[in-house]
Amino acid sequence: MLDKVGIAKRIAKEVKDGYYVNLGIGIPTLVANYVRDDIEVEFQSENGVLGMGPFPFEGEEDADIINAGKQTITTLPGASFFDSSMSFSMIRGKHVDLTILGAMEVSEEGDIANWKIPGKMVKGMGGAMDLVASAENIIVAMMHTNREGESKLLKKCSLPLTGVGCVKKIVSNLAVLEVTKDGFKLLERAPGVSVEEIQKATEGHLIVEGTIPEMKL
Amino acid sequence: MINKEVANVNEALIGIEDGMTLMLGGFGLCGIPENAINALVKMNVKELTCISNNAGVDDFGLGLLLQKHQIKKMISSYVGENDEFERQMLSGELDVELVPQGTLVERCRAAQSGFPAFYTPAGFGTEVAEGKETREFNGKMYVLEKAFDADFAFVKAWKGDAAGNLIFKGTARNFNPAMCGAAKITVAEVEELVPVGSLDPNQIHIPGIFIQRIFQGNNYEKRIEQRTVRKKV
Repeated sequence: MLDKVGIAKRIAKEVKDGYYVNLGIGIPTLVANYVRDDIEVEFQSENGVLGMGPFPFEGEEDADIINAGKQTITTLPGASFFDSSMSFSMIRGKHVDLTILGAMEVSEEGDIANWKIPGKMVKGMGGAMDLVASAENIIVAMMHTNREGESKLLKKCSLPLTGVGCVKKIVSNLAVLEVTKDGFKLLERAPGVSVEEIQKATEGHLIVEGTIPEMKL
Repeated sequence: MINKEVANVNEALIGIEDGMTLMLGGFGLCGIPENAINALVKMNVKELTCISNNAGVDDFGLGLLLQKHQIKKMISSYVGENDEFERQMLSGELDVELVPQGTLVERCRAAQSGFPAFYTPAGFGTEVAEGKETREFNGKMYVLEKAFDADFAFVKAWKGDAAGNLIFKGTARNFNPAMCGAAKITVAEVEELVPVGSLDPNQIHIPGIFIQRIFQGNNYEKRIEQRTVRKKV
């Protein structure tokens, strides 16, 4: 089974040379730390920066340079700043190659819910609805089950949706899955996790074809 | 040169009344019009509708207006950092319209640019699209979203001149440019008001035509919401 860092490491392998990538808050933010250093990748943050670098050294933080998680950041050579309208032109206009975000639930049809629990938590969708409505390459980083052990990979989402039919791939603590028109297709198992365990943790239709390899990190 | 300079924040706020709709720039606490917000708190103007990506934190930014119950309705994309906000929303004291971030900024930009509405894919199939016109273009579904109609826009820039020309710094730019000229009156506050002619016209982010009033703010706190650093090795 993977921890959060493990999920981030596995997703980092999906990041290809020449990609512009938008990382959501939480596990997706960690992905930047594990991308191979022999490829060229630029990270976009929807509050208006392309070419994000690591966190600043202590004492060098700048209140005017933050990411979408409101964390202080730095920029790399070649970086640019822009306003929110242009930022979402990059996103809706499909100029961003890969979007990585978290989810509370995903359905076997690729619907995603990650912004609201009615009566309990209403933080808002931020840029997530714009991102999922437009991106052609969306990877979801998530835990396969909730704290009660109930599946978060469902036939139908129970929470208010963020977008419909948009998720293409999921990397969970148990598995890598592709969302196909027939359901969740199991691609890889997390180290030490059996197909049966994944099956048990998946409420939506799981497609298992042939031998499922264990993922390499 | 058409002079937009006003003496201070109080002069910049002349005409503000209860019940008005205000746009306020900023992302989190980054690039918010601190001077205008503090003055609105002092004026004690009530029943405001505020269009702003976030709602500040409990004791800074728009959180100050919320504490004094000056806001009737918030239109935002993300409001997660403010306990008082959550309390007022769940108790029904505060009306909240949550809007996808890209749609929020484009509804400002549409007002700025003379578009009554636009189609966006964001929110299709979700509760955001409920009651809204939808339409198919090239096999994909889109939602019709309308331009905002606001009385005042408050923006914050790094440098500006009396002609109203603005230059922003870093990610403090965010929602500010799209709000310039998107309301009946746009008030710009700047960290540094420089002599007219000293800004390079090639480097202007927002031309003065969009700005009605400009002043140099003071005592910018520029609070950091999430101070993240790495250690020097």
